Order: sequence, then C-alpha cells, then structure tokens
Amino acid sequence: MRTLEQTTQEVLDLAAKHFQLPSGSLAPDDDLFKKLGIDSLQTLEMLSRLESHFGIELPDYEVQGVSDFKTLAERIQSRL
Amino acid sequence: MKMREFTGKTLRWEWLEGVVELTLDHAPANEIGTAMLAELEKFVASFESLAPETSVCIFVSAKKSVFSAGGDLRELYETAAAVPAKGRPAGVRAFLERIHAVMNAIDAAPFVTIAAVHGACLGGGLELALACDMIIADKMTRFAFPELRLGFIPGFGGIPRLKRDLGNAFIRDLLFTGRTVNAARAQAVGLIAQLAGEGEALRIARSTAAQITKYDAATRAAAKKFIKPIPYDELRREIDLFCELFTRPTVMAALKKFVEDSGPMPYLP
Repeated sequence: MRTLEQTTQEVLDLAAKHFQLPSGSLAPDDDLFKKLGIDSLQTLEMLSRLESHFGIELPDYEVQGVSDFKTLAERIQSRL
Repeated sequence: MKMREFTGKTLRWEWLEGVVELTLDHAPANEIGTAMLAELEKFVASFESLAPETSVCIFVSAKKSVFSAGGDLRELYETAAAVPAKGRPAGVRAFLERIHAVMNAIDAAPFVTIAAVHGACLGGGLELALACDMIIADKMTRFAFPELRLGFIPGFGGIPRLKRDLGNAFIRDLLFTGRTVNAARAQAVGLIAQLAGEGEALRIARSTAAQITKYDAATRAAAKKFIKPIPYDELRREIDLFCELFTRPTVMAALKKFVEDSGPMPYLP
C-alpha cells in the first residue's frame, strides 16, 4: 500500500513526464491547472493517465474543484 | 451517385479495397452541428451505391485529443437564442429528425461499421460510435453522456442504443452522474469491442476490417440484421422527450453557462 507521500510524488512525476516538464519542477501545493496550463480535453487525458497508472477509477466529480496536486493525490489515495 | 472520395468542410471519406474510412475533421473538437450533419447526410446518401463493393466503414477522427465532443452546443445556443422561445422546439425537432435519420442509416448500414475512437468521446460523439457495429478504442479514450448537466437528455439516439447493448447499472451511472469513464471500464461493461494501445485504434480497426472483408457479404448482412435490431419506437420517444425538456427556461440558462465556461470540467455542473 502506497503512503500519501508516495502517491503525491507519483502524481507529480506523472504530470511532469506527460507535460514534458523538468523533474522536480512541480510541488504538492502547486495549482495544477495554472502550472500545467491545461484545457478541458487535456484534463480528461490526465485523468485517464492517473487512472491507468494507479489502476483505479476516479470519477470526475470527485476531482472537480481540486486545484493542487496534494489534494488530487488525497482523492486518489482514497481509491487505492 | 457513387462517391468513392469526398472532402468536405467537416469530414472526408475515402474508399480503398472494400473499406471506406470516414474521417471527422472539424475544429475544435468535431462538434456535430448543421455543417457536419449536412455532410453526414451526404455520406449516408451514398450507402446504396457503395454497398455492392464495400464490406466495412471505419469512422475515425483527425483531431489529436478527441473523437467528437458531441453536439455543437454553441450553435444550438446561438440558434435557439435568435428565435422567440415559442419557436425553439420546432427548430430543435427539425435538427433531431435529421440527425436521427443519419444515425439510423449508419445503424442499419449495408456493411459493417467500426468506430475507431480516441481521446474524448462525449455526448453526440458517443452516440455516433454507438450507432456503429463495433467500437475499437484507444486505451486513453474517455466516454460520457454529460447532457443532464444542461437540463436535457442525449438526443441523437444514445439512450435507446445503450439500452439495446448494455446493462442498466452502467447506463444509469453514465446518465445520472455525467462522469467520464475510461476505456478499460468501457470494455469491462461491453461498450468496447477491442482495446487498442495509444495511437493504435485506427491500425487495429483496419486490421479488423481486413478480416471482416473475408466473409460472405450476404451472410454478414443477415447476421447484422439478426443481432442488431434498431429500437425505432424508443428513438421516436427520445425526440419527443428531448423537445419537451428543451422548452424549459433552465435549459437556455445552462447552455449559456456552458458556452461561456472555460474551466477544466465544463461538462459537469
């Protein structure tokens, strides 16, 4: 079972890799939409990548309004 | 009229060795409005002439992140807003009658139809895929029916076709939450025939089409007719219900909010 810290780090690594950002350039409290500059279609793609990576289903309404990586990781953690 | 090739403003098709590929290519997200509808009508009008030498039709998108985001809600809002409230249902009904005729023709096409989907496959885009005989999906595809967020139901034949093909638990989850579901889930419930790796849906659809062309056309057509009845009565009721819901003022308010929303999840309320 992953810890929340591990899940958060994996979310950060996944986002950095997908959006081709330098490793370590994202932090848990960053505003993910501002930092990544993603639109609604890219948000869906990111959701698919997170679900595929963690092997979970993450309904959109559970991440609606989530703006930082740490809270996103908490939502994922509750589904692991 | 036989049209082996066509290039329009929203889509194009090409015939090659018994397989027609129809490519949706309408910025930004292959929205299905009056322009795409007119070209889809042109396509289904060519079915009779294509049929004798066509085994399979593949529907695919040229857009990177989307198969189709569904009905053109901006056009729907702007068209409806331009006429008095009393006149809106007639315009909506006229559009729905035309799109239902297209979807029914695709559903009953005299060859096998495959939707090779990737990215977002939402609302009317999912309804187009559901009219096809098989869905082959890139593993990053997401499916949703977000219509309830706008105060109406899917209007291009979505619910009757989902009911024909899938169980109620999944249908109600899709409709009542408006959430997007991933391709693995969609395959688990039977929505997807085959799951493709990233960027591989069209290649796998072509390979599947090549296999399908080996079978006798008359047998294939008989099998299709036998296993895929078209729920005409429910489709008629869907049009009536959609038009009834569309008359409520809350719908125009929701459409306005949607077209002005630039947030990351405009499909959720």
